[in-house]
Amino acid sequence: MTLHSNQPVLEIRNLSVDYGYDDNAVHALRGVDLTLHAGEVLGLAGESGCGKSTLAYAATRLLPPPGLITGGEVIFTSTRDDRRFDLLTADDRRLRATRWEDTAIVFQGAMNSLNPVYRIGRQLTDAIAAHRPQQSAADRSARAHELLELVGIPANRMRSYPHQLSGGMRQRVMIAMALALEPQIVIMDEPTTALDVVVQRQIIQQLMRLRTELGFAVVFITHDVSLLIELADRIAVMYAGQIIEDATAVEMYRAPRHPYTDGLLHSFPPLHGPRQELGGIPGSPPDLVALPAGCSFAPRCRFAFDRCETDHPVLTKTALGDEESHRRVACFQHDRDAESIPDSLMVRHS
Amino acid sequence: MVTAVEPPAVTPGATTARRSRRGSTNLLFLRNRKTVVGLILLTFFMVLALIGDVIAPYDPSATSPIGLQPPSTDHLLGTTSLGQDILSQILVGTRGVLVVAFLAGALATVLSVLVGITAGYLGGTSDEVLSLVSNIFLVIPALPLIIIVTGLLPSAGGLTIALIIALTGWAWGSRVLRAQTLSLRNRDFVEAARANGESTWRIIIFEILPNLTAVIASGFIGTVIFAMLSEITLAFIGVTSISDWNWGTILFWAQSNQALAMGAWWWFVPAGLCIAGVGTALTLINFGIDEFVNPRLRSTGQNAKVLRAKKIRARVGFTPVLRDTTADRKPPRGAPPSRRTPLPKEQP
Repeated sequence: MTLHSNQPVLEIRNLSVDYGYDDNAVHALRGVDLTLHAGEVLGLAGESGCGKSTLAYAATRLLPPPGLITGGEVIFTSTRDDRRFDLLTADDRRLRATRWEDTAIVFQGAMNSLNPVYRIGRQLTDAIAAHRPQQSAADRSARAHELLELVGIPANRMRSYPHQLSGGMRQRVMIAMALALEPQIVIMDEPTTALDVVVQRQIIQQLMRLRTELGFAVVFITHDVSLLIELADRIAVMYAGQIIEDATAVEMYRAPRHPYTDGLLHSFPPLHGPRQELGGIPGSPPDLVALPAGCSFAPRCRFAFDRCETDHPVLTKTALGDEESHRRVACFQHDRDAESIPDSLMVRHS
Repeated sequence: MVTAVEPPAVTPGATTARRSRRGSTNLLFLRNRKTVVGLILLTFFMVLALIGDVIAPYDPSATSPIGLQPPSTDHLLGTTSLGQDILSQILVGTRGVLVVAFLAGALATVLSVLVGITAGYLGGTSDEVLSLVSNIFLVIPALPLIIIVTGLLPSAGGLTIALIIALTGWAWGSRVLRAQTLSLRNRDFVEAARANGESTWRIIIFEILPNLTAVIASGFIGTVIFAMLSEITLAFIGVTSISDWNWGTILFWAQSNQALAMGAWWWFVPAGLCIAGVGTALTLINFGIDEFVNPRLRSTGQNAKVLRAKKIRARVGFTPVLRDTTADRKPPRGAPPSRRTPLPKEQP
């Protein structure tokens, strides 16, 4: 499952985002740290409104008003040449040049991202023409053919209008368009949410195959945790605008370290093994305008103790510390003596 | 995109925050400085229209031996060549202008809403017929028609003129509303209303109409300005009765007595300024209406001030980044102090 190197391609550091400009602003992201390595599939999971999409859009500076980035940096490091810069300080020209060339996005509800009055071939070549103006029309058209074949759509569909394609096909056209310039990062914002599971499976498999062939890194945003466990190399779980756990997919599935992750994993039934009672997570996410003083998950957490009400946990090493040095969790349980930590958060897996 | 979800138990602090926010929403219309200026100006002219003939110091038609006097304490805006008081003429004339303008604006708006929305929503033959009618009215030149009609009816008063202006001026608004309704009627929320079993008229009035408020309001204001200018033009070229005082009549007399050539600026400048004043007031109000009726734009005016103060340029596609000021900002409610300190660097 490790197709990726350890070279970071996108480093998000201490990123904070507000919605609104005054004191009533919603703090949608609060000091998020996340690193995407070259060729890696990074899953972002969490409930609706926890900031998954906000994170992806803020990192690409695509957040619409009243979104406001209030701090942090997003460093892009090219794996192909020696470009390295902070997207948050980049000027418009640089940002426009890097978009699609380095970072492509498949939008939430991508089916509606196609312009209904142009043929899909035209829309594919347009994306290329915008960034490679010197390329000839024939080359662009050949590339568009190639792209459609890549995602499993017959090339004669180039002359179809979006309404003549099914939802799954439109989604694949969007993926083809995202890959048009061979970006190093592809951000997928719930790309399969509107599709049935069969089409979803086809698209995901195709995507994973393309990833192996072309070697781009993927940020995959979804609330379908089971899907993520299957396809992601690494998963970051978000809650109330923060990352609360960051681990490889297998580790996260076998041995969650945060009570919220534990709850998420018990919210869908396993297909194999003994039948389990579905736990779910009681309560609902906090109001981002008026967050609790301590850990934002404390009111819903069954393991909460005094410190959770007053202090705010940061993303740090787990109780197992050096044994799993790549894992990070934001929970005070992991600061306590090993004996007092609930067993379910301390599962060792090998 | 991200909406704050109501927490299971709302803390007292959060409740007050909510309340203050809601309270400010009611007054948002008045937060926009342009709108406030526009409203004050319009109210001023409205008051003049109401009490103009009462507070007018002289009979506007009464002549006196002192002709063509510049503004003085006796005659604040001077006199005409016949010695009539110009201030009194302006005061008495305000009512005629505003009544005709608003009456014509209201009538034209009602007509355009009825025809436009019906045509757009019903479609088919009704649309064909109604569109044909509005297309015909669209190409009728309003001013010549009014000149002919008023020529035929020498006794035509303000009401007749308002009616004619409304009848010739509604078609433009109706085209705009029809187009907008066509795009609205296929939206999912209208489909949902049909699935609810709502009647056609309920859908039109409660689902579609509120989405058109901004268009209707700006159409209304545009028509009012158009009606005011038409009426003044008619009076200025002497088509309507020159004994009924309005600002156009003043300009008519000023023109026919060559006030400009004689340097009698006090004769035509006040009336001109009044016309410009009402036009400005209505345009300024129009700026606020869009914000007020569109809930999604409601915070715009409020935000504009904050944005200016923080020197943020909000743009689509390039999210602004707030720098340097982060340190002076007080930590927001509920945010832990640890958030401000940089997180320890770790290598995963």
